[in-house]
Amino acid sequence: MPILEVEGLSKYFGGLAALNDVNLSIQEGEIRGIIGPNGAGKTTLFNVISGVYRPSSGQIRYQGKTRIDGLSSSRIAGMGVVRTFQRTALYHHFSVLKNVIVARHLHAKENIFRVISGLAKKTEEKNTEKALEIVEFMGLGHLKEELAENLPHGHQRALGVAIAIACEPKVLLLDEPLTGMTPTEKDRMIDLIRKVHQQGITILMVEHDMRSVMELCGYISVLDFGMLLVEGPPAEIQNNEMVINAYLGTEDILSASTSA
Amino acid sequence: MSSHSMKKYKIGGLAPLILVLSGLCLVPFFLRAYLVEVAMMYFIYIILAQSYRLIVTVHDWQLYHIVLYGVGAYTSGMLAKNLGVPVFVAIPLGGAMAGLVGMAITLPLLRTKGWGFYIATYGLAELIRLTWLKFRNPFGGSTGIIDIPWPPVIAGIDFSDRIPYYFFSLGVMLLVMLMLYRIEKSRIGDSFKAISMDPELAASTGINIPRHRLMACSIGGFFAGVAGGLLVHRLGAVDPKLFNITTTLYLLIWVVVGGTNTFWGPIIGVSVMHTLFELSRPLIEIRPMFFGLSMVLVLIFLPGGLEGLISKAITRLQKRDRVAPVET
Ligand SMILES: Nc1ncnc2c1ncn2[C@@H]1O[C@H](COP(=O)(O)OP(=O)(O)O)[C@@H](O)[C@H]1O
Ligand SMILES: [Mg+2]
Repeated sequence: MPILEVEGLSKYFGGLAALNDVNLSIQEGEIRGIIGPNGAGKTTLFNVISGVYRPSSGQIRYQGKTRIDGLSSSRIAGMGVVRTFQRTALYHHFSVLKNVIVARHLHAKENIFRVISGLAKKTEEKNTEKALEIVEFMGLGHLKEELAENLPHGHQRALGVAIAIACEPKVLLLDEPLTGMTPTEKDRMIDLIRKVHQQGITILMVEHDMRSVMELCGYISVLDFGMLLVEGPPAEIQNNEMVINAYLGTEDILSASTSA
Repeated sequence: MSSHSMKKYKIGGLAPLILVLSGLCLVPFFLRAYLVEVAMMYFIYIILAQSYRLIVTVHDWQLYHIVLYGVGAYTSGMLAKNLGVPVFVAIPLGGAMAGLVGMAITLPLLRTKGWGFYIATYGLAELIRLTWLKFRNPFGGSTGIIDIPWPPVIAGIDFSDRIPYYFFSLGVMLLVMLMLYRIEKSRIGDSFKAISMDPELAASTGINIPRHRLMACSIGGFFAGVAGGLLVHRLGAVDPKLFNITTTLYLLIWVVVGGTNTFWGPIIGVSVMHTLFELSRPLIEIRPMFFGLSMVLVLIFLPGGLEGLISKAITRLQKRDRVAPVET
């Protein structure tokens, strides 16, 4: 059964169709790659799915029948569809641990009245414990007291994923998780994504690093000019004429990936 | 090792607190009557500034806080005078009313942002203040309401006397500080800050931003209303002038000069600026200019406020301390 279905999805910014009649069907438990040249609409797709933008038309169905298009970001996250950002989105002035504690919002049980009357200690401790677990799971344990703004880039990106994991998602949308990383950082992140996937989380991943996409994803959807160009397993996509043409004259990503 | 030095500073932080508290308990017995009255105003202003900071942590620098202080004062005063509600019941009810009004003002403005939001909050606040001014019945118009009941005698202590009321307002202030401190240290308090740091990220983790903004402004409003109740039952009277834009400016000055990054900023701001205010009574003509200027200077040269300056000094001391044992 598909866990997430996108049907006839369009998003216009003024006259520009950032998404144009896109259909996707994501199976529970898969790692889906979303690729395409810059400006193809990948981030917009994530923004629409995660409720940052309302779609201009089309439907997004989650777990069968539930329509999530048009719901607010926080509602959608609450239902288990959580995204990371292409930019390095963190609470820069919080420690690593606090970044994750705050992101436990959906699963921390305390309310404001219990906090005011000093009764929330127990639930807060439990929550901190769970946050600590996530921080260690993401390999950030030794940095837990460090301010997020002081982390090296690779660890900041890992913290971005940790924040999303803290929401206990069923579907995780990763927007260019490997951007700007050194090869070592990339390898570590790929391992982390695998580990997250092994927890039973369905993953949609936008990424330009083709080697990693081919390695991680069982199935790839290619966007170009807001339209779904082609879909298929990595081997097929790699040699697809249309895909190669789409990338032509933009970046030499496909060949770069084979040399890397 | 680092946890050791942290512990030391925690104890170091408690000692001055106990010292200040003992001082506050002794002080009314030695001060002139007038100065005890002034001290009570510090307590009221600290409640105002601290509750305002809670709202500021969500980044809503609204301009109706002083009017909510007024809503608390009018509500508590009128409940006690017109309906005979006991003063100590009327004060929290005034707080509740202020919290509700705060929520009612913010709700329609949730879609507005930045300047639009600030100006609209000011507009709605003025609307409330003008209602007090225009309607002699029941608000008493520009002369306000007089003969508001004093607090009662409880267990032989007459709370309408200066020193008992001093301790009552001190107690209320400490209680409010405790509650706001708990919020500050809680995950919910961090959610408020998270919203102001990166609203898009906060929403992506399921934090309902409108809900949190309403929560902050109604809790902050509640405490502002309580401060109003404390005021009105000491003055025995209330009028709209107490809650005009000048008072709002003073609130902004306390909070900006003190700083909003930590819990201690507003307390420092009120302590320093209200002391200057009292000391500059002889210069009453030029005082507003001086205060406006002080806020501008702080904004330019001390963006973190006095609190930022102090915490910088403390960090420097801590660093020196932490380095020392490693070297020996
Ligand atoms: N908020 C917005 N307002 C106007 N145009 C936008 C907005 N967001 C994205 N776009 C446009 O939509 C197109 C797709 O952008 P995006 O989804 O970011 O592409 P990708 O992530 O695939 O590089 C681009 O032309 C971009 O300029
Ligand atoms: Mg993008």
